[in-house]
Amino acid sequence: MHSPVAPDQIVPSAAHVPGRPPGRAGGQRGRRRGGGHRAAVPRSLAGDAWRDLRRSPVFLVSAAIILVLVAMAAVPGLFTSADPRACDLANSRLPPSGSAWFGYDLQGCDMYARTVHGARASILVGVLTTLGIALVGSVVGMFAGYHGGRVDALLSRLTDMFFAVPMLLGAIIVLATFPSTVGTPAWQTIGKVVMALGVLGWTTVARLMRSTVIQVKQADYVQAARGLGAGTSRILLRHILPNAVAPVVVYSTIILGVFVVLEATLSFLGIGLQAPVISWGIAISEARAYLRQSPHMLLFPGAFLSVTVLAFIMLGDAVRDAFDPRLR
Amino acid sequence: MGRYVVQRLGQMVPVVIGTTFLIYALVWSLPGDPFAAKCGDRPCPQNYIDRMTAEYNLDDPLPLAYLQYMGNLLTGDFGQTFSGASIADELLQRYPTTLQLTVLAILVEVVIGVAAGVLAGTRRGGFLDNLVLVSTLVVVSIPVFVLGLLAQITFGVRLGWFPVTSDGTLFSLVLPAIVLGSLSLAFVARLVRANLVENLRTDYVRTAIAKGLTRQRVIGVHTLRNSLIPVVTFVGADFGGLLGGAVVVEGIFNIPGVGNMIFRGINAHEGATVTAAVTVLVLVFLIVNLLVDLLYAVIDPRIRHA
Amino acid sequence: MPVSPRRSVLLGTVALALALGACGGGDDSGDAAGESDNVVTVRGCNPQAAFVPANSNEVCSGDILDQVFSFLVRYDPENGQPSNEIAEEITTDDNLTWTIRLEDGWTFHDGSPVTASSFVDAWNWAALGANATLNSYFFEPIQGYAEVQGEFDEEGNFIEGSAAAETMSGLEVVDDRTFTVTLTQPESQFRMRLGYTAFAPLPESFYEDPEAFGQHPIGTGPFQFDSWEPNIDVRLSAYPDYNGEVKPNIDGAIYRIYENDDAAYNDLQADQLDIMPLLPTSALAGDTYRIDLGDRFIERPTGVFETITFAPSTVDDRFDDPRIRQAISMSIDRPEIVEQIFSGARTPANGWVSPVVPGFQDGACGDFCTYNETAAQALYAETDGIEGPLALSYNADSDHKAWVDAVCIDINTTLGIECVPTPFVDLATFRDQITNRQMGGMFRTGWQMDYPSLENFLVPIFATGASANDGDYTNDDFDELVSQAAAASTAEEGAELYLQAERLLAADMPAIPLWHRVNIAGYSSHVDNVRITVFQTVDLLSVTTTD
Repeated sequence: MHSPVAPDQIVPSAAHVPGRPPGRAGGQRGRRRGGGHRAAVPRSLAGDAWRDLRRSPVFLVSAAIILVLVAMAAVPGLFTSADPRACDLANSRLPPSGSAWFGYDLQGCDMYARTVHGARASILVGVLTTLGIALVGSVVGMFAGYHGGRVDALLSRLTDMFFAVPMLLGAIIVLATFPSTVGTPAWQTIGKVVMALGVLGWTTVARLMRSTVIQVKQADYVQAARGLGAGTSRILLRHILPNAVAPVVVYSTIILGVFVVLEATLSFLGIGLQAPVISWGIAISEARAYLRQSPHMLLFPGAFLSVTVLAFIMLGDAVRDAFDPRLR
Repeated sequence: MGRYVVQRLGQMVPVVIGTTFLIYALVWSLPGDPFAAKCGDRPCPQNYIDRMTAEYNLDDPLPLAYLQYMGNLLTGDFGQTFSGASIADELLQRYPTTLQLTVLAILVEVVIGVAAGVLAGTRRGGFLDNLVLVSTLVVVSIPVFVLGLLAQITFGVRLGWFPVTSDGTLFSLVLPAIVLGSLSLAFVARLVRANLVENLRTDYVRTAIAKGLTRQRVIGVHTLRNSLIPVVTFVGADFGGLLGGAVVVEGIFNIPGVGNMIFRGINAHEGATVTAAVTVLVLVFLIVNLLVDLLYAVIDPRIRHA
Repeated sequence: MPVSPRRSVLLGTVALALALGACGGGDDSGDAAGESDNVVTVRGCNPQAAFVPANSNEVCSGDILDQVFSFLVRYDPENGQPSNEIAEEITTDDNLTWTIRLEDGWTFHDGSPVTASSFVDAWNWAALGANATLNSYFFEPIQGYAEVQGEFDEEGNFIEGSAAAETMSGLEVVDDRTFTVTLTQPESQFRMRLGYTAFAPLPESFYEDPEAFGQHPIGTGPFQFDSWEPNIDVRLSAYPDYNGEVKPNIDGAIYRIYENDDAAYNDLQADQLDIMPLLPTSALAGDTYRIDLGDRFIERPTGVFETITFAPSTVDDRFDDPRIRQAISMSIDRPEIVEQIFSGARTPANGWVSPVVPGFQDGACGDFCTYNETAAQALYAETDGIEGPLALSYNADSDHKAWVDAVCIDINTTLGIECVPTPFVDLATFRDQITNRQMGGMFRTGWQMDYPSLENFLVPIFATGASANDGDYTNDDFDELVSQAAAASTAEEGAELYLQAERLLAADMPAIPLWHRVNIAGYSSHVDNVRITVFQTVDLLSVTTTD
């Protein structure tokens, strides 16, 4: 008996709750989980999950951090009144002090103001790119893994092709094809960076998804659902996705931080985010040469980045645990 | 099984053709004349530009240039870099080094990553779990150049435990491999943990425990095996990434590897160099991933390759 | 289910990969600090071209060629002044026809003698259109250069017989040790050029197989070429029959190839590399290198000059008023940037000629190159100003971002112009835009002297239609002065005319002088008497080892 699922899940959608908002993955899963065995009143998984989440310290802490970061990204003025673009070279690389908590960067700009203002671009790049690759990768991987045969061969080989192209090369091409010049609005510059990172970034997600789908689709409950005449999309969305999504969530929450750092590399090469956009990545890559003399230049943007990544991973963990039917 | 392998090998042909064309076209479409920068801040003699352009078929239409290139490739002629060195020689010199580095890095990430993941997964929510979470994350969120430089200064220059830069020996690749592997460590540890946690809740584990098996045996034999599929997938995919993506680490430790060759090729707009280097990379990557797919069946007997 | 088959598959894969790796590469040729005690290791880089003098125009191959070859004249490592080396005497009556007589006793590393033909044939080969060399333009002043150029068809292949001549008419062998050079127009500083890499003599064996020669050059210099292992190192050893006055003290040198400055610097600190001609920013910041190396460093002003050029009026007409250009120049606080960003590895410029050039004048740019907030604002207020954001473009593949940011902040703060630092991904893309006159705004320009002369800093950059005149500057008075200078009967008279021409530039400000580069080199405790030349190369003739 190697089935990784509990028997009560073999019968799909025992009690569908009508009127639940469609479309969201959580909602879909909720319907299948449906009428739980713990309570007499039929309740959605989302409801259960939310109840659990509210009591989970991991969730509360990570959600609080993310809220603060989002507020910082949306309204940096709440956190600092200093102008991040008011710089005086005379202050270059001065360490933290009473007047500048985080010290000054190479150009003599206030590091605190720049770190606060950098949240927007960095978080946008990280979140948007991660969402993009998770979506594209999951769809491709799910179809490949579920259908197998020719579809799998085609999609997998396509994935291989994209995987083989060096990330840097792809990014340079995308960004060189759509160069940002003086006067390009910031959102366009950010959009291009997201695209450049995402174009080649989805392949690992696709492979991960495919591998778990191959594993999950052998499960009894999937066979049963198919036997009961469920359609492909229904099986994929309600039975396979919820049970196969864990590795993708794990990967996505970590890769989010990697994208923020990658953005730094692109900026460093002169093709990523560019002035006047401020980002942690730019600050981190600028700090590189001064690692020994002025560690504060790296420490603060680096710490913000780490905390962001940590918060997203913790959130991902908590949400996944709460929603995963198998963990109940 | 045998048929499956043959089928997969057959599928490699279009992938290799597709990839090489993709790469060649991408490098081709890079803006800027590759020879414009050859003379620094002043323009080059027109004769020179004309000769180089003709020599590398850059003035032919893309499909024609690509066909010429592939034709040469099939006859074993990998072409020359702009500096006149043989690309084949350079590949032969760089690939072994890169392979050594990659395999060492994979060893680091698998051994430490799986161990950390098991520790964390079996003590979910406990101190060790959080320690693993935080320590692997700290590593992820430090940019690789910082990690590399710190490791080099600390263990190479100050303590003298390792060579500061690569001197061609396997030992000098150990420190770079640890740095390189540590980036993926977090992924492996988290993947193992996540799967382990799920699998520990399953009936067969409960059954096994009820049968009176020791916890170690349950984790080691039953659970871990079922938790390895995504890890193996990740490592397979990562293998490719490590092969080509080690530019930064290669630079820091002065390792003459493929990542650097590709990076320089892109910068110099050397289509032939980039394509040749990536093509070999793709081949290695495809074979490794074929092995990974075969491993699925070995790890999880429910998966069958028809 | 037994575990062993799986495990063996995995282990087998690992073992295979390691074995594959081990047998292919991994010989231990890149030893630390040389195996003989009297050999030094020098930081090298990957050559962009094969080792043929006519095709070498960058430091990675040039550094090595300069050790392998000797030239008609040798530049003094300290002041860059030429003195005869292979040449016994170089004479002229009219600055038009030059007679060059060679010293006796010079041989190539393969034993063959150096004759007049060694030079004449080499120069003809380099100038010949069919050979399409990178450095062919060095021979442009010689009579008959145009006749050997020929044409290329649409595919870029040389059209056989399209060149009117195979050799330049201005070169004539008189006897085994004498030849004459006739120029198209008088040039008082011609002798100055003759120590540049492109003017190297070549042995007979070169013409048989130039490609093989490019992998293993044979020269006349103090060191002979032993081996080149791409990406690893280039090895040189002292040539026992070297005919120069100063013989090397070391038995050989190894140029270890590094892709990365920090890697090289860390090796230097660990005494695994002996000489690093240019320390990286990470070592310069906060004078860290003085802590790491003690007194084992040298500072050396060099002939590298950095400027900001304005786009030609046809591309961007916002700076047609020279007062705008002068105001921008005055708004840049050069000393502050030099101190904070470059940590002293530059000296602020106040003219268009490097201070390493003999006869250089201080302050040709006058007040316009001195930071003066109020004067800049006042001057700018007299003009119509600049509309819209002003780009300051640079290539992001070199270390330019920090200073460009700082300059933009200065311009912004002082004049209120919205200056936008605009990176281009690499030099190729960047130069392409400039050469095709598509880049507006301002952009960085740099000049590395070919030889230390006033002419080399002025004519190629600011003469009408000159090759590096990126801003399409044109000024009849300037052109007149430099052509008079070239024809001047004495070098002193020529120099005075060049200085006059330079002073004209202040009124027009075609390019803003920023700073001159100062090399800071470091060396290990294994070596002593390290000198860096004005060309930023290591003077291997003076180096000694300490043990």
